[in-house]
This record gives sequence, C-alpha cells and structure tokens, in this order.
Amino acid sequence: MTTTDGPTTLVDRVWERHVVDEWADGSHLLYVDFHLLHEVSSPQAFEGLRAAGRPVRRPDLTMAVEDHNVPTDGPVIRDDLSRAQVQALRDNCAEHGIELHRLGDRGQGIVHVIAPELGLVQPGMTIVCGDSHTSTLGAFGTLAFGIGTSDVEHVLATQTLVLPRPRSMAVHFAGAVGPGVTPKDVMLALMARVGANGARGHVIEYDGEFIDGLSMEGRLTICNMTVEAGATAGLIAPDDTTFGYLQNRPYAPSASAWDEAVAAWRRLRTSPVAVFDRSVDFDVSGVVPYVTWGTNPGQAVPIDGAVPGLEDLADGEARTAARRAMDYMAVQPGTRMKDLHIDTVFLGSCTNGRIEDLRQAAEVLRGRQVAAGTTMLVVPGSMGVRRQAEAEGLHEVFVRAGAQWRSPGCSMCVGLNEDRARAGERIASTSNRNYEGRQGTHARTHLVSPAVAAATAVSGRLTAPHEL
Amino acid sequence: MNPPLHRHTGTGLPLRRDDVDTDQIVPAEFCRRITRTGYADALFARWRQDKGFPLTDPAYTGATILIAGRNFGTGSSREHAVWALRDWGFRAVLAAGFGDIFRRNALNNAMLPITLPSGDLDWLAGRVEQDPTTGITVDLDLIEVHCGRRRWHFAIDSRARELILAGADEISLTLDRADRISAHEAQRDPWLPRIAKPTRAGHR
Repeated sequence: MTTTDGPTTLVDRVWERHVVDEWADGSHLLYVDFHLLHEVSSPQAFEGLRAAGRPVRRPDLTMAVEDHNVPTDGPVIRDDLSRAQVQALRDNCAEHGIELHRLGDRGQGIVHVIAPELGLVQPGMTIVCGDSHTSTLGAFGTLAFGIGTSDVEHVLATQTLVLPRPRSMAVHFAGAVGPGVTPKDVMLALMARVGANGARGHVIEYDGEFIDGLSMEGRLTICNMTVEAGATAGLIAPDDTTFGYLQNRPYAPSASAWDEAVAAWRRLRTSPVAVFDRSVDFDVSGVVPYVTWGTNPGQAVPIDGAVPGLEDLADGEARTAARRAMDYMAVQPGTRMKDLHIDTVFLGSCTNGRIEDLRQAAEVLRGRQVAAGTTMLVVPGSMGVRRQAEAEGLHEVFVRAGAQWRSPGCSMCVGLNEDRARAGERIASTSNRNYEGRQGTHARTHLVSPAVAAATAVSGRLTAPHEL
Repeated sequence: MNPPLHRHTGTGLPLRRDDVDTDQIVPAEFCRRITRTGYADALFARWRQDKGFPLTDPAYTGATILIAGRNFGTGSSREHAVWALRDWGFRAVLAAGFGDIFRRNALNNAMLPITLPSGDLDWLAGRVEQDPTTGITVDLDLIEVHCGRRRWHFAIDSRARELILAGADEISLTLDRADRISAHEAQRDPWLPRIAKPTRAGHR
C-alpha cells in the first residue's frame, strides 16, 4: 500500500482503498461502494442470479431508476417492449429489496443526475453502473465508470469487480474561458484535439483554474463527456465546491460525521510529484462555442467554422471516416455550420440536463421565440431539476418561447424511448453522442452546449448566443 | 458461464470500417429486450441495409471471425453488442483497438477481442476478400493468430485468458473470497451512503 504522502495520483489513492484481494497476474478484486441500476442493462443480470440461485449481496448499496425507456410526456409507457423492460426492473427490485425510483416518483430522473442530488456520490468512492456515462460521477473525486451486464451481475452477487489497474492521464486546463463558453464547448474542443478515442484505456484527472472555478454541475458535464474521449473514467479532486454541494443532501454524511468525512476527503489529492502515464495541457482561453459536424464527438469545429476539407485531416483512415460522416450528415467540406437549418433542438440528458444548463438556455430564450419550422424539447434531468426550474419560473420562459416542457428521462439522447427523431431530421442536441442513428434511424445530430441550443432554436440555424 | 475455449479456426468477414461504435453494432431499439440471446437480427441492423455491406454477402456465410478496423466497439456499454455478434456466429473480433467496456464485455462472453496492427488487418481483409474460404485460427494457448504461413502474437489480459481457457465462472471464483470481501466491508468509512430500508422497492 502506498501511503497518502507518497507520489500517488488521486486515482491510485481511491483505487488502493478499495482493493479487497490481488490475483497472481496483478489484477485486483475491487470493492464497489455503490451500484446504480437502470432498466436496460440489468434484466439479464438478475436472470443470471436467479439461474445460479444467488442473492444480491448488498441491496443497501444498490439503487435503481427508470430512465432510458420512459416517456417524457406522461406516465404511460405505450411501447410494449419498453413497458416489459421497466416491469422487469420493478419485479427484480421488489424481489431483492432494492430501492427504485419509478416513472413519476418525486426522486425519478436520469441515473447520473439523481445520484448526485441524493448525495450518494461522495469523494473517494467507487461507483459503477451498466451505463458508459457513469463517468459523470467522477466530478466528486469518485472513481465511477460504466460496465456491461455480465459485470452488473458480478457486482450484484459480490459487490466487487476484478480489474486491472487503469492507466492514468492528466488533463490540465490552463487559462480562463471567455463569456458564453461552457464546459460542453471545452470538452468538444478537447476532443477535436485528442480525438474521440484519444484517451482509451485511461482514467483522466482534470485540474486547472478553469476546473477550480466550475460549479458541480459544470464538473459533471466535464466528467460526463470524458467517456467520449474513449477514457474509462474522469475525476476531479474534491474541494470546497464539492463539500458545499454535498452538505445536507439526503445521503451525505450526518452532521456528527461531517467534519471527519471532510477531513478525509481533503486528503484525496494527487501528490505534486506524482507521475501520470500521459499528460495533456489544454489552454481554454481560446475556446469558443463548438459544434460537431460529423458522426463522432471528435468531429467538432468552432461554430463560426466549417466542415473541414479532407486534406486537413490527419491520415487516410480519418479521411475515409470523414467522407462517410459527411455523406451521412449531408454536409460537404466547407459547409458553414451556421448555414445548417435545424429541425429539432433537444435540451437535456445526463450531459446537460441539470439546473444550470436550463438556466443558461432560459437566459438566451427569455423574451424570444423558437423559430417557425424548428421544434424544441426541454427535458429536465430529474424531477428535482424540474421542480427547481419551475420554482425559478424557467418553465414559463421555455413554454412562452414555444418549447415543449417535458418530464425527466433520457429522452432524445438515446433513441430508445418515444422521443426519437425521424429519418433525415437534423437535431441540435445537448447530449453526448452524434453517432449514426443515435437519436433515431438516419437522424443527424449536432452536439452543442445549452446556450447554443437555445440560440439555435431561436434562429432555426446553428447559432451562437451573442449573434442573436 | 462459457464452455472452455482453447483455439478457434474459422473463416473471416472483412468489415472495412473504422470507429465502429456499439450503437452501430446493435441499434438502441433492440436493447429493450430482456433476454441474453436472440440478437442475431439486431447485428448491424442499419448498416445491413447499405448496398454491399459484407454481413449479408453469401460469400461470407458462416464466417466466425470479424476483421474490423481501428476503434471497434466504442461508446455505449451495451453488452447486447457482444451478444449479437455471438448470436450471428462470431467467436472473435480482430481490430486495431477496442472500446474499453466492449473489450471487457467480449471477454466475459468468451468472444475474443484481438488487437492487431492496422496493416496486418488490411492484409487479412484483403486475403479473405480474395478467398473467403481462407482459414484463420485464434489460438489462446499459444496466444497467436495464424493465417496461412503468417502468425501474430497478441496481448490479452492474463486472468481473462485463464478464465476463458477453463470456462470458469468468475462470480463463483470471487465468492470463494467472500471472507476477504467481508473483511473489507468491516473497515469501510462509517459515513459512506447506504440505503437502510428501501422506501419504494419495485412492485406491480
């Protein structure tokens, strides 16, 4: 074991505190402090437990929510397959005594949005979920990552996973961002530089003044998009912003344990002499609002820019991929992003469905109208976000502008539920993936920040807020 | 649990695409099913509509080794991607890199994710395009892929390899260490969150 004074990274500190056992090849049996479940990646895991006659080891360290398949326009799941999958989750949670936040419940929402709200995500923890965007939760200095269904079954049965130690990568953000530039823009700009798989096999630790100045909402967006760079997870060392967010949350340490917990959390920092396997310095002062033109999140340009020429791309493989992406997206080299008409604007998701995201969009939309020929969906990330937005009157801004004010769920991010785009539909989306067909068969996705989403809704074309 | 696997010989299917995310391998709408099998119809369901997509080319009927490009299986954690490949008949995927979660999911299902250099994948794809009956062997004992006279060593997580060779059930091996898990649980920080009694567990 490395002492807390050694030249250790934050990830290593968290890792070492969770090693239960070690195998001959050096892989570790790692304890999972909390396990989050949703309806899509869990039914086969419960089926596996049943077939083997195994119980859930720690239902008290497990929580489930209905988010991927639920409608956002009412309490009735009309689709038979979706309803059956949600029902399977209800049955499994009832059988094993697992807390479940159901569609319509006060605490329902997207798993990565509600877990922080409840105070379930605390510095130094290990958290997994059968969902790649579990990386979101690293914003608290938590080692949080997505797993597949076989691993979900392993965690249900044992509360552990067998894992090789991950490689570490430091991303240091230098400088300060200009007005109107959000964490989403910074991550799209970062991916345009390192590539959509540039961090594969690594756990990233972010730092720098830009990070220090971010709220937890902004940090959650940073860590959410981390997985789009191919990384396993992303972390940010906890600080007063983290502790302030956590205090008095339902599952935060009680008043009597608070000081002791904070003292322990303050020690969760990377040693100044720690060495990362890889380091990237990224100056955020030049970042402007970014938007994707292609079919992976690394295919992004400044909103003032244009689809790149094939000769500007790194290599033959990038060119082949770009050509295919351009075909799919119906754009050409040199197409100006601002010339693209947008059919639908989606504001929401685990990337940008938190209260700050809604505030940023509402600020742009206030007193303005969604363009004729453009539809805008506003889907709060959780019932809590929805209540907060309504308390602030944000919903009135959206509704007056002509946007649809929905109830929480993954909605148009994932193409699983009823909020699915039509073939050929062009969408400005605050979500995280612009893959082919992600939002519906043959739908075309441009990833944007909440502020750009709102400005785009007003003009009907990809637009930065300052241009309105 | 998977049956023991030491080596597999079969024919290849050249995919000729890079950066294949799991949304392409299995579109989301197929992930509403609650079974672990029966996903053959979901495999590359959208790309299959493209003219000339090799999956439905009769020349490659019966192929068991997918020859992909760089960055295969990125994005969503859906294990359905591996189940669909398996249900179609694939036993191994050769690529110049895999998404982290896909690679784990593949190993958990004894689907072999083998990383080879791009140039060698090109060579293999070309060879198979010339003669789709070309045999390719993935040998987990020797940790080698061979095709004709050429052979390549590959890297594989040694524990995952042992589990696949033995057809072992990892959960049961972990449960053998239950005393260690309990010992760890006894010394966790007392303030860590736990849900004492569910206020609402699922019910009908």
